Amino acid sequence: MEIFGVPHQALLGQLLLGLVNGSFYAMLSLGLAVIFGLLNIINFAHGAMYMMGAYAAWMLLEYFQIGYWWSLLLAPLSVGAFGILIERVLMKWIYRLDHLYGLLLTFGLSLILEGIYRDQFGVSGQPYQVPELLRGATDLGFMRLPNYRAWVVLVSLIVCLGTWYVIERTRLGANLRAGTENPQLVQAFGVNVPLMVTLTFAFGVGLAGLAGVLAAPLYQINPLMGSNLIITVFAVVVIGGMGSILGSIVTGIGLGLIEGLTKVFWSEASSTVVFVIMAIVLLVRPAGLFGREK
Amino acid sequence: MQRKHPQQPQQPQFAAKLLAGLVAMALCATAWSQVGSPGAGKGGSAGAAATKGAPRISGNVVKIGVLTDMSGLYADLGGEGSVVAAKMAMEDFGGRVLGLPIEVIGADHLNKADVGANKVREWYDTQNVDMVTDALNSAVAIAIGKVSQEKNKLAMIVGAGSSRLSNEDCNLNTIHYAYDTYALGNISGNAVVKAGGKSWFFLTADYAFGHSLESDTAGWVKKSGGEVKGAVRHPLNASDFSSFLLQAQASKAQVIGLANAGGDTINAIKAAVEFGLTKNQTLAGLLVFITDVHSLGLQTTQGMYLADGWYWDLNDETRRFGKRFFERTKKMPTMVHAGSYSSTLQYLRAVQATGTDDARVVVDYLRKNRMNDLFHKNAVLREDGRVVRDMYLMQVKKPSESKYPWDYYHVRATVPGEQAYQPMAQGKCPAVRKS
Repeated sequence: MEIFGVPHQALLGQLLLGLVNGSFYAMLSLGLAVIFGLLNIINFAHGAMYMMGAYAAWMLLEYFQIGYWWSLLLAPLSVGAFGILIERVLMKWIYRLDHLYGLLLTFGLSLILEGIYRDQFGVSGQPYQVPELLRGATDLGFMRLPNYRAWVVLVSLIVCLGTWYVIERTRLGANLRAGTENPQLVQAFGVNVPLMVTLTFAFGVGLAGLAGVLAAPLYQINPLMGSNLIITVFAVVVIGGMGSILGSIVTGIGLGLIEGLTKVFWSEASSTVVFVIMAIVLLVRPAGLFGREK
Repeated sequence: MQRKHPQQPQQPQFAAKLLAGLVAMALCATAWSQVGSPGAGKGGSAGAAATKGAPRISGNVVKIGVLTDMSGLYADLGGEGSVVAAKMAMEDFGGRVLGLPIEVIGADHLNKADVGANKVREWYDTQNVDMVTDALNSAVAIAIGKVSQEKNKLAMIVGAGSSRLSNEDCNLNTIHYAYDTYALGNISGNAVVKAGGKSWFFLTADYAFGHSLESDTAGWVKKSGGEVKGAVRHPLNASDFSSFLLQAQASKAQVIGLANAGGDTINAIKAAVEFGLTKNQTLAGLLVFITDVHSLGLQTTQGMYLADGWYWDLNDETRRFGKRFFERTKKMPTMVHAGSYSSTLQYLRAVQATGTDDARVVVDYLRKNRMNDLFHKNAVLREDGRVVRDMYLMQVKKPSESKYPWDYYHVRATVPGEQAYQPMAQGKCPAVRKS
């Protein structure tokens, strides 16, 4: 069977890989959306946090012989703890200033972090083995899907939908959203808003750390792995609508799929297609597909 | 405790536009940084011109610079090991030449042509370096070949393979010492087609070396009756090969030619096994080093044909060198390591014989005298800078055939240099006078 002259095997295979990439886009843009939506900060250091998550997993294994499953928990926690530190020390001073300052601060931060890691570990990739339980592949008829990649899609979907549910459907989420609309009023009701903001930031970067651990066995762990990805992820956020939780999940996965499709029909354009879509979306709907105009 | 609260969200449109603009700028910056200018300006002063007479050594020291990839995807096959090998050659030579000290220094070019060219320029201008060796990564090698010509110093290119180094980009100050993509394509392309792999698809590293290796091999495949179904280019040091491999799989070609090296080859082979490509298709690594086989393991690589310019287990002389090298680095030497040793040794011999470190005089001496050491026998330096030396066709052993550590290859054929390399008459080197 062929679709537009392309064997359907190739088409389905690339779509499936697109889904895996889309899962990473979704998790990273989700973290960005949470941070922007609640803190109003454009966190350019998000890619560096993703890289730190991957390195945390590698260091846990290398220095402490702690394997993948514990890393899945410990690495995001440590990245989140680091997030608390920078929020308390740096970010809190700039909330009242223009977006631009937050962006420049986090951009500088990511350059510093990448520099430190490059100095410590070199630019070459560190290998990380796929955990025993997830090795091997499943034959789907049109392709062999490595089990680990299926696992990545699964985890990412659960985490993304869980986050969406908590923020949009629970009381905690309601407090969070109210806190961003009118912090003084919410504090008057007895909610500790600064603590909430700090923890939200920690959660956002923790998500990036988790994505880093998931990526570790798939890609080479190297200091620049975050900056390679982050530009695309920002485009995803812009297309989805700044600060929109659902928007970032749907566009993340959707753009992964579109990228996969482009690889089949015109592979040279696959690295550009996301930005073409971004330009079109900005022209037609400046607030993004899911963003609300204010 | 009073803290400042997040302000009311400003208009998201503004932030979105700002961000879109920044994304666009970042993209431009990325694209620009990948262009990588070789940074070879004109008009530098030529090095000290040699005049006849007593020993003439610039700066009263013979200094050898090993420029290599110390931390990237080629660090294992070159890297620190190349510096160690050059130092071993210096020690074997006795540490002094013409009564003057020899020095070996190393540097990392980060696989960037501009970084490499600037480093070499600094070496030549301020640090009295006379000869640069290893120089793996063809993009870097082409750039430093130009700097060496401008400064009248010598580049003995060992690790870089692009056949452009003895064609379009040849010059009188560049020696292409160990191997090239023409010979690799010739040997492994022929061997695989003969073994039944008629239709090919290439997975190619997207820079000078990958392009040369792909086109040279494709030429040989067609010449020996095979067919090329297509190619896909991947960026140097690619993190994920899965979508490229699916394209290779969809091509239904019998053979997937890996026109890449080092970490890229390792990752491509790993991903091919992961996605089950190896069941119906054959992988042909067009430049595989013994360190790559070591990190992939025999289980994954067994039966693979590959072309190599040297193997530590060829004879007693190479085995002795292998053991000495292993004691210092905990790995067996690759062709690049042994080539760095040999190029340093041959250079020092030439300086000793001619009494000068002037590049043109040394090159002239090397052209007239055949080179003999543990790396090659009766090797000849041609006018286009190509060293014509024997190459080998290897096949990776099965795990059961490997009797001791690093016992990885069957030597299936020795290909004499005259057959392996491109005849000079077919070359495009402007420095060769065509009669």
